[in-house]
Amino acid sequence: METKQLTGSQAVLEACIAEGVDTIFGYPGGAIMPIYDALYDYTDKLKHVLVRHEQGGIHAGQGYARTSGKVGVVFATSGPGATNLVTGLADAMIDSTPLVCITGQVFAHLLGTDAFQETDIINITMPVTKWNYQITDATEIPHILAKAFYLAKTGRPGPVLIDITKNAQFQSFDYQGYTVCNHVRSYRPKPIIRQEYIDEAIQLINEAKKPLVIYGQGVILGNAENEFKQFIEKSGMPAAWTILALSAMPTDHPQNMGMLGMHGNYGPNVLTNECDVLIAVGMRFDDRVTGRLDKYAKQAKIIHLDIDPSEIDKNLLAHVGVWGDCKETLPLLTKGIEQKDRSEWLQVFAGYAKEEYEQCIHDEMHPTAEALSMAEVIHAVNEITKGDAVMVTDVGQHQMVTCRYAKFNQTRSNVTSGGLGTMGFGLPAAIGAKFGAPERTVIAVIGDGGIQMTLQEFGTIMQTGVEVKVMILNNEFLGMVRQWQQLFMDKRYSFVDIESPDYVMLANSYKIAAAKVSKREDLVDAVTKMLDHKGSYVLEVMVGKENNVFPMVPQGCSVSEIRLK
Amino acid sequence: MENEKQEFTITVYTENQVGLLNRIAIIFSRRKINVESLNTSPSEVPGIHRFTIVVVESREVVLKIVRQIEKQVEVLKAYYNTNDEIVWQELALYKVLSDEITEKVKVERLLREFGARAVAIRKDFIVFETTGHREETNKLMEALAPFGLVEFVRSARVAIIKESAGFHEKLKDFEKSEPGLELVENEYLGQRGNVFTM
Repeated sequence: METKQLTGSQAVLEACIAEGVDTIFGYPGGAIMPIYDALYDYTDKLKHVLVRHEQGGIHAGQGYARTSGKVGVVFATSGPGATNLVTGLADAMIDSTPLVCITGQVFAHLLGTDAFQETDIINITMPVTKWNYQITDATEIPHILAKAFYLAKTGRPGPVLIDITKNAQFQSFDYQGYTVCNHVRSYRPKPIIRQEYIDEAIQLINEAKKPLVIYGQGVILGNAENEFKQFIEKSGMPAAWTILALSAMPTDHPQNMGMLGMHGNYGPNVLTNECDVLIAVGMRFDDRVTGRLDKYAKQAKIIHLDIDPSEIDKNLLAHVGVWGDCKETLPLLTKGIEQKDRSEWLQVFAGYAKEEYEQCIHDEMHPTAEALSMAEVIHAVNEITKGDAVMVTDVGQHQMVTCRYAKFNQTRSNVTSGGLGTMGFGLPAAIGAKFGAPERTVIAVIGDGGIQMTLQEFGTIMQTGVEVKVMILNNEFLGMVRQWQQLFMDKRYSFVDIESPDYVMLANSYKIAAAKVSKREDLVDAVTKMLDHKGSYVLEVMVGKENNVFPMVPQGCSVSEIRLK
Repeated sequence: MENEKQEFTITVYTENQVGLLNRIAIIFSRRKINVESLNTSPSEVPGIHRFTIVVVESREVVLKIVRQIEKQVEVLKAYYNTNDEIVWQELALYKVLSDEITEKVKVERLLREFGARAVAIRKDFIVFETTGHREETNKLMEALAPFGLVEFVRSARVAIIKESAGFHEKLKDFEKSEPGLELVENEYLGQRGNVFTM
């Protein structure tokens, strides 16, 4: 085969093209200039989105990965550029989001000399990457990038960081072409499925009188939505989701029992402690889901399906651990389980749902107070989008309310920072989400705290023209912390009172259309106008200052001690 | 009791890659678990490295740690064993002043009683060596302490798992069928060429 000379920088971009990358989120700087120089000649094949901060870049990469199902690609320079990625890496690590981040690094001969903009990003990011590697020689680039993409997207996905010294970016070498990686000898993406555990699980499910399925993002990451639906529908079992699994099943599916955990629905939380078999699919028993662990599902036999063997028995001891990719294990279960009518058991959930509606949801949706509630805002969005929009949230009260009330018809429609709870995630993630799903309406719901953490990304919206609908739910407080201070700290509102700029003026200064609404009678019109508008839009919605999110499992309490008010 | 803390020896087979030591170490430090002893060396199979790590922890915690270690991309296999499942040794070196020790104790007695070897005998100092379990190497240290022990150092534990024949064969076949990649180190370090930087 004839070889050609390429620079390391060109090889990086060739790798991106070979991996099917269409969009890169990034920010240039000294140590990554050779790659950006090469990129100048690749703009017909690769779209580069210039963000306003590397943290915005990586959150955009995450949003892109979540809606598209592809690997998000992020470029940043050495030193501060690289350290600004750390929050996003940690977020992607805990939420299993596939990313390949490429950082520039100082020349190899300067490593360890405290050179300008040198930072040991490999060691800094070690705990927050699935894998990372420093390239000091251009000949390594093709196979290391192939490995990076392979590791990011296979098995339990996660972020990979490749640090490339500047000399390697400049260096010319004999390019042998790009070979996609599909195997790393020390890495097993999926554990081997053991039939005996499948059989044990089938037997437990078939004998169960009151089984409950709880599912996590594994269903989405494994592209196993259909397999999951078939499993649920054949078994007739009720199913409740973790926040990251939201939208894997349509909201109006009759077996959808709602959200688990701290601000989840009443029925699934209480009945977790009454079911006889708990079937966990692609979820990891996070403390926000389980509440107090020693009072969690003690009466139940636990079946845990996960692709990551280290998750089984990590938080909760499983009676049957079904190791494997749920796209493969779920059909094996579906085949073996009996078709059953479980309407009596589903009725128990319906009873709890009715009680929750009467005591909590009704007042949230139809408040008597003058101020708008977050739930009625989300309800107004639902009425217009009919569940077809991608909903991106930041972190806090608005996130819980959106996840509780938003409706979804199709998968990969909910983008939020679950495990890490990263305020500031929403706006950049929404930008990325739109690039990942350009044909869909993307609505970002963000609090007045979170928006002020990354609002520089309005600049990215302005420059790229990406169409994102931003709803700022402004309660003039850091609402979730305030809620806890109110409930558990004698209303000592310590530094939760937060002022905002004039968001309408701010958006306008970025050439983004904007409006502000605070009256109930104007709400639907305002939301309609936002969604009808061609182009990005910022809608600031003033909501009740001291509204709380309920139901709530107070910290240190069991899920069955969930409070409705 | 299963959940009482005891000594566990964790044996990890890995690729030979820069930075892997840190990846494994942070699994312990993240949970604030102290590593009692750590040894890393090439294994019996070329291209594959072996870590021997000793911690005092409960079985439950050790199992979770081992799973986290195995999850690392460049780890081939990790085992954990209690002390009765392994054969282990530590090596210790003792440096004493020749004058002191030849006058006050009989070197011969030390060598016999503690199974020590003299690895260096000089006019001014003598270096002894023993291998054994910690209690054994400690004994000689205590015996020498009154006689001006100048320096003492002990190696990490190295351990052989009693029931490991199966894995050894597997490892050999594995390396044979799919040789590991070569270790890439920074060949530019210290070579400040006339390179343009910015």
